[in-house]
Amino acid sequence: MPGLHRKRPGMNAPLIQARGLSVGYDHAPPVLRDVTLALRAGEIVTIIGPNGSGKSTLVRALLGMIRPAAGQVTRKPGLRVGYVPQKLHLDGNLPLPVSRFLRLNQRLSDRQVQHLLTRTGVPALARHDLATLSGGQVQRVLLARALANAPDLLVLDEPTQGLDQPGTAAFYRLIEAVRAETGCAVLSVSHDLHVVMSASDRVICLNGHICCEGTPSVVSNAPEYRALFGLGTGGALALYQHHHDHDHDHDHGHDHGHTHPHPHEQGPKAAEGCAHDA
Amino acid sequence: MMPDPFILRAVIAGLLVALAAGPLGCFVVWRRMAYFGDATSHAAILGVALALAFDLSILAGTLVTALSMALILAGLVGRGWAMDTLLGVLAHSALALGLVAVSFVPGVRVDLSLYLFGDILTVTAADLWVMAGGTGVILALLTWRWQALLTSSISEDLAQSMGLDPARERLVLTLALSVIVVVGLKVVGALLIAAMLVIPAATARIYARSPEGMAWLAGIVAALAVLGGVFGSLTWDTPTGPSIVSAAAAFFAGSLAGRAVLRRVMPSEPVR
Repeated sequence: MPGLHRKRPGMNAPLIQARGLSVGYDHAPPVLRDVTLALRAGEIVTIIGPNGSGKSTLVRALLGMIRPAAGQVTRKPGLRVGYVPQKLHLDGNLPLPVSRFLRLNQRLSDRQVQHLLTRTGVPALARHDLATLSGGQVQRVLLARALANAPDLLVLDEPTQGLDQPGTAAFYRLIEAVRAETGCAVLSVSHDLHVVMSASDRVICLNGHICCEGTPSVVSNAPEYRALFGLGTGGALALYQHHHDHDHDHDHGHDHGHTHPHPHEQGPKAAEGCAHDA
Repeated sequence: MMPDPFILRAVIAGLLVALAAGPLGCFVVWRRMAYFGDATSHAAILGVALALAFDLSILAGTLVTALSMALILAGLVGRGWAMDTLLGVLAHSALALGLVAVSFVPGVRVDLSLYLFGDILTVTAADLWVMAGGTGVILALLTWRWQALLTSSISEDLAQSMGLDPARERLVLTLALSVIVVVGLKVVGALLIAAMLVIPAATARIYARSPEGMAWLAGIVAALAVLGGVFGSLTWDTPTGPSIVSAAAAFFAGSLAGRAVLRRVMPSEPVR
């Protein structure tokens, strides 16, 4: 069956490796500085960071969509990547049945289309117009498209943007199920530690460079993470939380949800732990 | 009986425009480039003025100015200017500048309406060859790049992740839009070319269920508008270009009304 055959990560060679990666858009200070990371087969890695921290840029550089200013990216030869972009901005002027969308860059039989849509929980949508679907349905269709070429690596750029909490949870459960089934690695991007996959092997906290990394609980307790997110609002709420963070265990993690990162409000203090030269 | 050769030429010329404008217009509608088409075609008047002033071929003059305008626009859009502001400035400036420039060229004032509104009945056999070449170029570009153009119109991110270059696809469309200006100049004129791009595509959208279906349908609607317009123009002695666009507008209005009726008859039909 397409997209769903089981693969065992054979060798331990990284799927993608970045060394000393820097990316800049002309005349602006670099968005990414000296990022080194490796992604291994079957791993679930989540990149978090505030808006503008270079998460999407990192993903694009890893996938070869943009050229780095310095450093290098090596992808395992023959690596198959399934990419789920950020929310599609679909225009009602373009009539696009779901089945046609799945066939954009690949030949798929009706059965394959049906199978992919069933797998992602939207079996009845093949003939629907993409522009008429809900946000959650669109994400599932995007996922179905990404799974069509049996990827070794699934890349999701803020896949749950615009979904409500149950929708987000359901979508991540689906990703986990797909991962369990196919053994593909998953690289996802989020701007909030509290909407990352609980199954993440590694969370990489990014703010132009890698601030810290580790399991979700390690990262949530790391001072660098606190500096980046804990004081994010610079208001009473963040301060209150800061007082309490020493006896915080990650069961209370959802409290952080109220201190949603707002990079524009970040004072100089917030950046201390995560040296970010202006 | 055989129609007069100039009528035959007019019909062929109109159909050549329709054939290219229909599918190309779909991209204009999908990518919200309607005003872009306006700017490019208005720049053609400046091209006509320059060609007349320097005694160059009108064809070269319009192609070069339309293409320059399109490239300038494409370059400026990436620099933080709002698209509609930019187009408003450039489109109207090019038109005004062209009209002013033409007034310096002695003895062409009478001819100008030919380029503003077109005069399909003056199309010569040589014009037809040029137009056929232009239409051929546009259709070849669209056919060759269809999947890539469609994908980058849906999502540039997605296109990039598939190894496509959205900037290159934008350039393909820019080029095609400049060519359609040259093809359509004598048929509907600089002021109404954008209408031939947008109205048939918008009409096709009402019925179409797939991108390909919409492109075909837009071509058919444009062709019907050409036939209706030429016929009306001969019958009532009206200017041909505006008559063609009026016919297209009538198709659009009729389709909207038809859809409203259809919705009443079959309320369950998932019409958009």
